[in-house]
Amino acid sequence: MTILVIARHTFKEAVRDRILYLLLFFSSLSIILARVLAVLTVGDRVKVVKDVCLASIAFFGALMAILIGTGLVYKEIEKRTIFTLISKPLRRSEFLLGKYLGLVLTLAAMVAAMTVISLAVVFLHTFTLEIQMLPAVFFIFLELMLLTAVAVLFSCFSTPILSSLFALSFYLIGHFSWGLDTLIRKTPPGIGRTLLRVLDAILPDLENFNIKTEVVQNLPLPSGFGLGAAGYAVVYTAFVLLLAVLIFRRRDFV
Amino acid sequence: MGNVLELADVRKSFRPGFIPKKREVLTGVSFTVAAGEIFGYLGPNGAGKTTTIKCVLGLVFPDAGTVSLFGRSPLNPRSKDRLGFLPENPYFYDHLSGREFLDFYAQLSRVDKTERAGRIDRLLRLVGLERAAEQALRKYSRGMLQRIGLAQALINEPEFVILDEPLGGLDPLGRKEIRDIILGLRAAGRTVLFTSHILQDIEMICDRVAIIVGGRILSQGRLSDLVSEKILFTEITLAGVDDASLADFGDRLQTREGRTLLKVFDETRVQPLLDLVRERGGRIHALVPRTQTLEDIFVDTVARR
Repeated sequence: MTILVIARHTFKEAVRDRILYLLLFFSSLSIILARVLAVLTVGDRVKVVKDVCLASIAFFGALMAILIGTGLVYKEIEKRTIFTLISKPLRRSEFLLGKYLGLVLTLAAMVAAMTVISLAVVFLHTFTLEIQMLPAVFFIFLELMLLTAVAVLFSCFSTPILSSLFALSFYLIGHFSWGLDTLIRKTPPGIGRTLLRVLDAILPDLENFNIKTEVVQNLPLPSGFGLGAAGYAVVYTAFVLLLAVLIFRRRDFV
Repeated sequence: MGNVLELADVRKSFRPGFIPKKREVLTGVSFTVAAGEIFGYLGPNGAGKTTTIKCVLGLVFPDAGTVSLFGRSPLNPRSKDRLGFLPENPYFYDHLSGREFLDFYAQLSRVDKTERAGRIDRLLRLVGLERAAEQALRKYSRGMLQRIGLAQALINEPEFVILDEPLGGLDPLGRKEIRDIILGLRAAGRTVLFTSHILQDIEMICDRVAIIVGGRILSQGRLSDLVSEKILFTEITLAGVDDASLADFGDRLQTREGRTLLKVFDETRVQPLLDLVRERGGRIHALVPRTQTLEDIFVDTVARR
């Protein structure tokens, strides 16, 4: 229950962060501009609107996860509020998981807001409620949950700026790591290929959560995609959070 | 009575930045705090007082030695159930009001929902913040933050309260109020450990003290054992006797407006001096015997090191 107390408090604290509203403003602007972009496009305009809307949710959601996730835990340490929190009957792991849960709740609220705006913009174009966009948003949210866990992990031992850089690198690597498959295929068998395979196993593959094309183009999803992607998100997030807890449990608060 | 807190040979060092050399902050700290007493932890700035407290709270991990809080590890939540803590220069969540802040900490301390509101009201009254209860903490002065910090330390009605420089940032009236609260805690059977470098505060309310200098406890014990009752010297302010006649009695410190301040080291010379003043028709304006104070011990301990 203590985790929920921390989560509720973190949510209340995070939703007061101005940077969140700034990002929400720009994401809304980007979503609304999708309509303008569609006018300039030759071809299926609805697809362009949907694509830009989903891309905006993914991109600004990632920025929110990184910027808030890397700051909140660090702020507790820097401003020494953690001193009194840890003196209460609260385990360090409960504190960290409560913080994480609070951040996930905040992101859920923000993603929900961006989704409502997106659906409204698409509605203005098609006069139908395109709820088939929702599965894509759900998998974007899973990706953001993982990214938040990574941001929290880095903030356990690093400053917000460095943590943001690390988390951003994770995000970029996660979206381009599929290129390793091509490299592995083209590398002759040997140590090099083995190392690349190890790297491929360790590095995140955030494209696992990307079904924007399928949703926009109304294509069928690969069989077993939903369970596979959700399982990947749960296992990877749990692993990152476990790592964060292990680091946080042993660190000195000077 | 048993011990609430036991520290045995606690050592802690830090590695500042990328410098490979360790800086030793605690070099074997040992002391105990018995149930029901007010224990003063005294030391100059940077002596290791706050680091010791952080070891007790489980905020930092000692390199060696043991810390036992209610007979358990400081990391055990069951120990912390019975503990309250006020940090030095407390900073709390800006966006919360005094009442919201106490409610948050009450929830963390698992205070029953039915009891919470009543206890918060009582504590706000105790620390004199009833009127500022709905005000955001960012508008609180340093003294008010100190008071709300004390209230959060007492939110779980702890058996043992650790206060790190609790009187810092308070005006004389505020200091007296907080001192009274600490004495009230002892009267209610609670145990208090508090750090300070203001010796008068410690001398006024503590049962036992430990003096830490350079990460090592140099002196500890009951105040009555540490502070000798022996008169060190007597300061006498008198008039009507010439300076030459006073030379045999002690050191003349100053003469102003016909009054001489004399420092008499030999206690047996005080009565003959008083007789002389009476003989010469002079006057005694003040006679102050100076016994040893905690400050003398502190200065002596720091200087000896």
